[in-house]
Amino acid sequence: MALSAGMLDDRTSGAARRSAQRVVVQDRLFYLLTLGSAALVVVLLLGVLVSLLIGAWPALSTFGPAFVWTQRWSPVKEIFGALAPIYGTLVTSLIAMIIGIPVSFGIAIFLTEICPQRLRRPIGTAIELLAGIPSIIYGLWGFFFLAPFLQSTVQPALIGSLGQLPLIGVLFGGAPYGIGLLTAGIILAIMVLPFITSITRDVFLTVPTLLRESAYGMGMTTWEVCWSIIIPYTRVGLVGGVMLGLGRALGETMAVTFVIGNSHNISPSLLAPATTISAAIANEFNEATGALYTSSLIALGLILFVITFAVLALAKWLLVRAEVK
Amino acid sequence: MSSYAARRTRNSVAMLLAIVAAVIGLVFLFLILATLLVKGFTAISPQMFLENTPPPGEDGGLLNAIVGSLAMTVIAIVVATPVGILAGTFLSEYSRGHWLGEAAKFVNDILLSAPSIIIGLFVYTVVVVPVGHFSAWAGAASLGLIALPVINRTTQDMLGLVPNALREAAAALGAPRWKSMVSVIYRAAMSGILTGVLLAIARVTGETAPLLFTALNNQFFSTDLGAPMANLPVVIFQFATSPYDDWQKLAWGGALLITVAILALNIVARWVAGRGNQR
Amino acid sequence: MKHAILGGLAAVAIAATLTGTALAADISGAGSTFIYPVFAKWADTYKTATGIGLNYQSIGSGGGIKQVEAKTVTFGATDKPLSDDELAKNGLVQFPMVMGGIVPIVNIDGVKPGDLVLDGKTLADLFLGKITSWDDPAIKALNPSLTLPATPVAIAHRSDGSGTTFNFTDYLSKESDDWKNDIGSDTAVEWPVGIGAKGSEGIANTVKQTVGAIGYVEYAYAKQNSLSYARMINAAGKTVEPNLDTFAAAGANADWAGAKNFNVIITNQPGDNTWPIAASTWVLIHAQPDKAAAAAEALKFFDWAYKSGKDQAKALDYVSIPDNVVALIEKTWSGIAADGKPVFTPAN
Repeated sequence: MALSAGMLDDRTSGAARRSAQRVVVQDRLFYLLTLGSAALVVVLLLGVLVSLLIGAWPALSTFGPAFVWTQRWSPVKEIFGALAPIYGTLVTSLIAMIIGIPVSFGIAIFLTEICPQRLRRPIGTAIELLAGIPSIIYGLWGFFFLAPFLQSTVQPALIGSLGQLPLIGVLFGGAPYGIGLLTAGIILAIMVLPFITSITRDVFLTVPTLLRESAYGMGMTTWEVCWSIIIPYTRVGLVGGVMLGLGRALGETMAVTFVIGNSHNISPSLLAPATTISAAIANEFNEATGALYTSSLIALGLILFVITFAVLALAKWLLVRAEVK
Repeated sequence: MSSYAARRTRNSVAMLLAIVAAVIGLVFLFLILATLLVKGFTAISPQMFLENTPPPGEDGGLLNAIVGSLAMTVIAIVVATPVGILAGTFLSEYSRGHWLGEAAKFVNDILLSAPSIIIGLFVYTVVVVPVGHFSAWAGAASLGLIALPVINRTTQDMLGLVPNALREAAAALGAPRWKSMVSVIYRAAMSGILTGVLLAIARVTGETAPLLFTALNNQFFSTDLGAPMANLPVVIFQFATSPYDDWQKLAWGGALLITVAILALNIVARWVAGRGNQR
Repeated sequence: MKHAILGGLAAVAIAATLTGTALAADISGAGSTFIYPVFAKWADTYKTATGIGLNYQSIGSGGGIKQVEAKTVTFGATDKPLSDDELAKNGLVQFPMVMGGIVPIVNIDGVKPGDLVLDGKTLADLFLGKITSWDDPAIKALNPSLTLPATPVAIAHRSDGSGTTFNFTDYLSKESDDWKNDIGSDTAVEWPVGIGAKGSEGIANTVKQTVGAIGYVEYAYAKQNSLSYARMINAAGKTVEPNLDTFAAAGANADWAGAKNFNVIITNQPGDNTWPIAASTWVLIHAQPDKAAAAAEALKFFDWAYKSGKDQAKALDYVSIPDNVVALIEKTWSGIAADGKPVFTPAN
């Protein structure tokens, strides 16, 4: 730009120069406009962080770092600790990943390797569309259908079988409430399923046909191609996709709030009611009386933000690495 | 040869498991949709679109919630679209080597998947608290903040697909850079950007968490943007967790409505994007 | 910061007065879910009669207190009266709106409304997690003729700040020393066991959905949704049904005139025919409202509700505030003033 304006300076009349200058100004304005918009995005994230920090400060300064590892949540006595929601958030997401990852990978392998060509596109598209369904729908279904079903059939069976075993028995103890950690984990698994599956499938498709066909040509079975060629080749991208799914599960609010049971007690049993960070905020924020209570909920939000930020940043870094390769 | 047999067996088992996984996953997703369709269809009636949310035990519809959702979504999208496109333009066209570009790209991707309830907390502290009350403006602001990264990201991706030859041709004709962006590059990427906007609308339509403590809810019809406003997701949440059968029925109706709207938006977005690619 | 907030409020107040004259603004309120069923009914009738709507969000008493203190709503409603200090600190006035009864609701196979009989001690042990199965000897002893299944007990309690919780836990504290010492009474307590549900609506829904569940809600919720409520053994040792008579018997003990700021709790009152877990809902409103017109509209609505809303309250089994108490309350309204003038003076 500067160069062309300089050239014009030497050779052309005043009118042309003025018009050229106008163009430079317009270009500059447009540039600044786009720069400002991009800067706004950054400012926004900083704004979120700063507002959360300011909002959380009364709670953090009152309880100190112990806020993170104490469990007591007493609005009456104004004593707040974040351990139970943090525990619930991590456990439900863990359950979601344990169920969601193998099933998603299974669907992706099915879609890329087994499924008849004609069905691949429609099924793939259907799954991508399902990824757009709002989470409140999953919550609704979980509350009205999954929870009663689990309470009447699956949970009594679990308590009767696994619950009687030594060691792991505590995971399946207590009364069948229907709603609780396990139910929330299952709902989250179903919710992240389309999401992880779409990414996994896309990542699987990045494997060069040459590589794939050579492996088949060597006489490898489909499973061996998946296990020894596709998965190692796409390893980084897969982890990135899983991390994105994890980020979703950690921060999910509505699907969980319906079925988690909103209890600030930490119980070893997966069948017990619990709470997560986002469910606690959704349930209690409007009703929280007193500055410290509100501040403690914002501090929960800050913790959630830090956790998801770390997970998403890692996911992004891995996915970028996968693309570069 | 026994090792060959073992390999074949292992393969069959693994493939069977993959098929089972696919069947289980698809069955669950299908079950959810089927439930939604059955429960939702019995609830949908003309009344749902003509009457406001009722007190328990009375007849009513979702008119105020539908209008509220539409109003807040429109405001959110109208504000977020230009900002998102401009930010995407910077990140795709101007940012090479600029520190802000790298930072903004990274930050945008974080915002894209950040928990929406945190956006709600943010808007509560910067809009609701200073103003002193819940309002549709606050609701629209939080929806806009969710739409912004979606539009930004798709704009980036779509501008990246525009061939460089177009930019060079415009420059060779002596068009200033901004002119070439507005008249040539945006036009070339139009369908892609439109796809992004549609996807942003779809994303925003189902968001519940950020509205809980920004727009709150309103049992009456209201067009006052400075006051709490009814909206479909929060009404669905409130009605579904209530014990009243007629409220639960309306919740299912609303849920079906939202889902159909989102699926339709997604399908249109795909169609628009597909048409763009063919050209 | 403070200036910005004040400035913002002033701007909003100006905007509100400007628009307030142009179109009849709705009355905004939030709080108690206990009173919500009757508020919703009144609001509907009042809207047809006057064209003015009541936008009442039943977010729980804790939320009502918070929102009225933050001035996001014109009035709040709570089932836990504020202390004199709390009222003075925030410049609020409180007065009772209705009385009613809180009932334990259960979802046990084969148990119909009114079948189950409980006393305070047993109810406390259930909510303490000491009784874990419905065929527990303590429950059997109170219900010799009922066949109770071995279903595990699922406790449903409020997850939000709730006046219903306050009255319920206040009753349990009066009946059980363990409860008094370990848990205490307030709008939100540290529940030892159970599922948290949002609002009375949430409790009713959770109990409806969960086999073996027990929760506590205002009677209207049980009645409207045909949930199985329990009968209670009251302070006089008599078994009573929850209904308008037993609630009124509890309310008759309330000495409204003698209590400062109408601060009267009516749980565990004496009398053979008294429902033990009775409660009242108070309205909270600023004594010096920023928006005089909005406060006037709210008071006008309350005046209408006291005088013309009795039948609807009765239909939902709420006990109306006696006329002589209403007269006392409306006398205190002269203290709700803007620019030195009462915002609303009811016609008698």
